[in-house]
Amino acid sequence: MTTPVESAVHQDVDLAAEEAEFARLIATDSRVEPRDWMPDAYRKTLIRQISQHAHSEIIGMQPEGNWITRAPSLKRKAILMAKVQDEAGHGLYLYSAAQTLGIDRDTMFDQLITGKARYSSIFNYTTPTWADMGSIGWLVDGAAICNQVPLCRASYGPYGRAMTRICKEESFHQRQGFEILLQLMRGSAEQQRMAQESVNRWYAPALMMFGPPDEDSPNSKQSMAWNIKRFSNDDLRQRFVDMLVPQAEVLGITLPDPDLKWNESRGHYDFGDLDWAEFHEVLAGRGQANAVRVAKRKKAHDDGAWVREAARAYADRNAAAREERMAS
Amino acid sequence: MTTPGDSGAREAWALWEVFIRSSRGLSHVHAGSLHAPDETMALRNARDLYTRRAEGVSIWVVRAADITTSDPDARGEFFESPQGKEFRHATYYSESESVPHL
Repeated sequence: MTTPVESAVHQDVDLAAEEAEFARLIATDSRVEPRDWMPDAYRKTLIRQISQHAHSEIIGMQPEGNWITRAPSLKRKAILMAKVQDEAGHGLYLYSAAQTLGIDRDTMFDQLITGKARYSSIFNYTTPTWADMGSIGWLVDGAAICNQVPLCRASYGPYGRAMTRICKEESFHQRQGFEILLQLMRGSAEQQRMAQESVNRWYAPALMMFGPPDEDSPNSKQSMAWNIKRFSNDDLRQRFVDMLVPQAEVLGITLPDPDLKWNESRGHYDFGDLDWAEFHEVLAGRGQANAVRVAKRKKAHDDGAWVREAARAYADRNAAAREERMAS
Repeated sequence: MTTPGDSGAREAWALWEVFIRSSRGLSHVHAGSLHAPDETMALRNARDLYTRRAEGVSIWVVRAADITTSDPDARGEFFESPQGKEFRHATYYSESESVPHL
């Protein structure tokens, strides 16, 4: 039998070995898997980030779900339905990844409903016109892809694998949005105005999806040290703007930023300051649709309770009958 | 021993792991997990969740709780036996290196 002091010493030695092994995995750009030892802060950061990401996918179904019945053709309805179904799928991949860290799905749902967990504030903007389906695909999914591609190499295995699957599916989302805008821009003057007006509303919020400027993003540094995040918020935002400008030229759409211009010496586009006060307002719950989004999610969950219970009861009854047959 | 991601009885539906054969001639490969009340629903959910773009020709689902995994704390000892047995690899036999078709 070991004395308490001896076992404490043993634990220290074990812990030091575990910490060294974790540090080695990170230093060699290897992957951490669910049953590996990991620092509590690493686990907490991942749970926060992955669940927030999952919630964003699930809440993100609403602004577009809103247009399924009103999409202008059967083809557009089918495409939009496929896209919203993908978002449900992406949410589920990510919830599964978060679960491997020891949080269960009911807890994550509670955190979303009570506001303890966040989702991307972009989904608190409303979608009053059909052109918004184009802007969401082109700008919002475009920004998401920019953010997500490096996450395929995140140090936590299940997260990286979920992101790989998501990124494969996401490129169709951006293209279909771009083509909605392209079609509008080839249409009547009124359709062109509708496309431009929509891009005017979505452009800045899409740029803010990368998060606050690096100097105001205290967690970024640690996330990069852990190989969860590979590029800083500002680097990704710059990359996104550089990609958007030539795409906007193809569309014939003007990006709503008078300060946007090519900087020869930097080899990048310069762009104007973003309204971070607005970002923090929406984050604090005072966006266009924060309350509606969460209420709708809660209602869908509550309305589905009887289905979950009935399916569970049916499964239990069948299992009991099977056991009885085996016993007799 | 609990399976990662399985929170047990608290949730209404059990956790299942999904394996997909992407085409004939290949093995089933782990695709991810999902919740379902029974095997029939698990298969249907797996089809909807993991094969929306014809990613598979066959699906296995298995309750996460039924999977036995090696103990992560024993990773050293458990996988030690191949260590020092380089003779199991063709590269160990260097003297025959320049001999053709060998």
